[in-house]
Amino acid sequence: MNDTGTSVPRDIDTGLADAFQPRQPALLWLEKRLPIGRLMHAEFVAYPTPRNLNYWWTFGAILSLMLGIQIVTGIILAMHYTPHVDHAFNSVEEIMRDVNYGWLLRYVHANGASMFFFAVYVHMFRSVYYGSYKEPRELVWILGLVVYLLMVITGFLGYVLVWGQMSYWAATVITNLFSAVPIVGESIVTWLWGGYAVGNPTLQRFFSLHYLLPFMIVGVSVLHVWAVHVAGQNNPAGIELRPRQDYVAFTPYATIKDLFGTAVFLIFFAWFVFYIPNYLGHSDNYIPANPAVTPAEIVPEWYFLPFYAILRSVPNKLLGVIALFASICVLAFLPWLDTSRVRSARYRPLFAKFFWLFVIACIGLGWLGAKPPEGIYVTLSRILTSYYFAFFLIVMPILGFFETTRPLPKSISDPVPGAGE
Amino acid sequence: MRNEPTIAIAALAGIFAALTATTVQGREASSSPPRVQWSFSGPLGKYDPGQLQRGFKIYKEVCSGCHSLNLVAIRTLADPGGPAFSTAQVATLASEYGIKDIDGSGEPIERAGRPGDRFPSPFSNETAARAANGGVAPPDMSTLAKARSYPRGFPWFLLDMITQYQEHGPDYIAALLTGYADAPAGFEAPPGRYYNRYFPGNTIGMAPPLHPGQVTYDDDAPPTLEQYSKDIAAFLMWTAEPHLVERKRIGLQVIVFLIVLMGLLYLTKRRVWAAVQNQLPLQPPARRAQ
Repeated sequence: MNDTGTSVPRDIDTGLADAFQPRQPALLWLEKRLPIGRLMHAEFVAYPTPRNLNYWWTFGAILSLMLGIQIVTGIILAMHYTPHVDHAFNSVEEIMRDVNYGWLLRYVHANGASMFFFAVYVHMFRSVYYGSYKEPRELVWILGLVVYLLMVITGFLGYVLVWGQMSYWAATVITNLFSAVPIVGESIVTWLWGGYAVGNPTLQRFFSLHYLLPFMIVGVSVLHVWAVHVAGQNNPAGIELRPRQDYVAFTPYATIKDLFGTAVFLIFFAWFVFYIPNYLGHSDNYIPANPAVTPAEIVPEWYFLPFYAILRSVPNKLLGVIALFASICVLAFLPWLDTSRVRSARYRPLFAKFFWLFVIACIGLGWLGAKPPEGIYVTLSRILTSYYFAFFLIVMPILGFFETTRPLPKSISDPVPGAGE
Repeated sequence: MRNEPTIAIAALAGIFAALTATTVQGREASSSPPRVQWSFSGPLGKYDPGQLQRGFKIYKEVCSGCHSLNLVAIRTLADPGGPAFSTAQVATLASEYGIKDIDGSGEPIERAGRPGDRFPSPFSNETAARAANGGVAPPDMSTLAKARSYPRGFPWFLLDMITQYQEHGPDYIAALLTGYADAPAGFEAPPGRYYNRYFPGNTIGMAPPLHPGQVTYDDDAPPTLEQYSKDIAAFLMWTAEPHLVERKRIGLQVIVFLIVLMGLLYLTKRRVWAAVQNQLPLQPPARRAQ
């Protein structure tokens, strides 16, 4: 497991935690046949984690929790939900009114999706800032991106299940994107719908897939965590760590820090669930789906708004759809587009500036995605879309060659006087 | 036009310039509803049972002539956190409704309502509702208070997150009901439509439904249009969100619990990490000799 210098130093006795030595007879019996205890102990107790991780690193644990919450609430909601065009909206309302704590389950699930996306965006921006996708963690990044793509599809499918006006019209707009594909576009759309319009077959397959994809997310997340446990976590300094003194044991150090971070996040989450549960939704989604009435504005959920702005900033439909997919696909090439050998933006002053500009551009695109595509909004969308792509395709490759980076510390304890060896 | 608040976004790094928002796409300018002081706003908000009972009376005597309330069961009028009718009152109320049903031989009948029934619709089907109302069916009122809103604009929509402003729907409904007026000079409402300051596009198909003195209150609330509008808006918030009081009560408990938990976890974290911060040898607290 430790054949390169960059992997976690597990073959050395780091002295971080006890070896796994079960005494309990039942555990011993199990351990001989399936050493799951040893595996869990190695990965979540003794696992060496960099001692200098900051709170941005707690979002990995937060995301695991959110995935769990979404699956548990989702399974219970599915027990009461009816995926039929005539009953879907009313079955959601029955959950809200007549199921014991149904309102809680539904609000946790609906706001949980937003929290999940909020956490994943923080997690992704953190990766970019600290260069976590760079060698040897390219696969960690790409597997994470697959999780994100599955989340995007799952989130969209789930929003449609409510079968309100915005659900119906979001389904219509998004599935119609595929009609931009030359020649076979219309056939693809008919195939996606299972008919000649968004209808009952569409809703039923969306429900089926909305139940399936989260378990695929679980699978890919396991690979993602596995990959990061092989390569080892990056750290805010972005430098290689010394085998012994730069690590702490995952438990209790990372565990308690993650728990604290998660508790803070849960307060934020609870604020939305209990006090402003409809803040992130659209009021039109409390109107039952009506194919005969088009809403005054069709806007996606907030977490898709930047991509929606990119789509609409291109005047040609096909090129707009290509820009939309390219805006996500470009992320897969990040480990190779970034030519800098220095990982952390802490030591890349110029990159840090471009990074924060990129964050502002993403927020700006999100704001523009909720605005009508006219006048100044279109112009701004085009400027920000250009910067979005330029950040990956121009800034990242070029900066690595020209940027003067700050001197890297010899070790993570260097900046602390008298602490180094 | 002060109807849309000025939108300004941070002009960081020269990307953004300060902007003035125009109007929401596809809608003509309509005024922002004034904010009403609701008893159910904020973290400790509760419905005022008296207000909900008055609102129910307006629904029963006025609104229910055209609007359905399909998702609301009559029994919920006695649920905790709601209008606080007694179960006996609810049974009497229910029996006043005629419910379409079939008898033992399958013949269609109309029987007296029971608390478990939903409020019956004024029209037998949607086509009848459309035909009787100039081609547009009056919307069902079950979720109406959550299905209506108005744009808040920057930066108010962000502040609403902190101030917990969630009453866009009832504010809009209360404003709409008081918003009928003579059309300004040069503005011609199409036949069969009425000028309203707050309705998007300013012409609404619903004739002014409420007039002062129209509904006789059983308590000493004034029988004014303003009072009627607030009471029915509050009642519709209850029909849209019947578990609001329970939600806010549990929310306070959850958040207090989480703050305590967060504090304890923080202290534990500091204690666990003390060795690391002090650069002491890194060993787990209970390391056994190997």
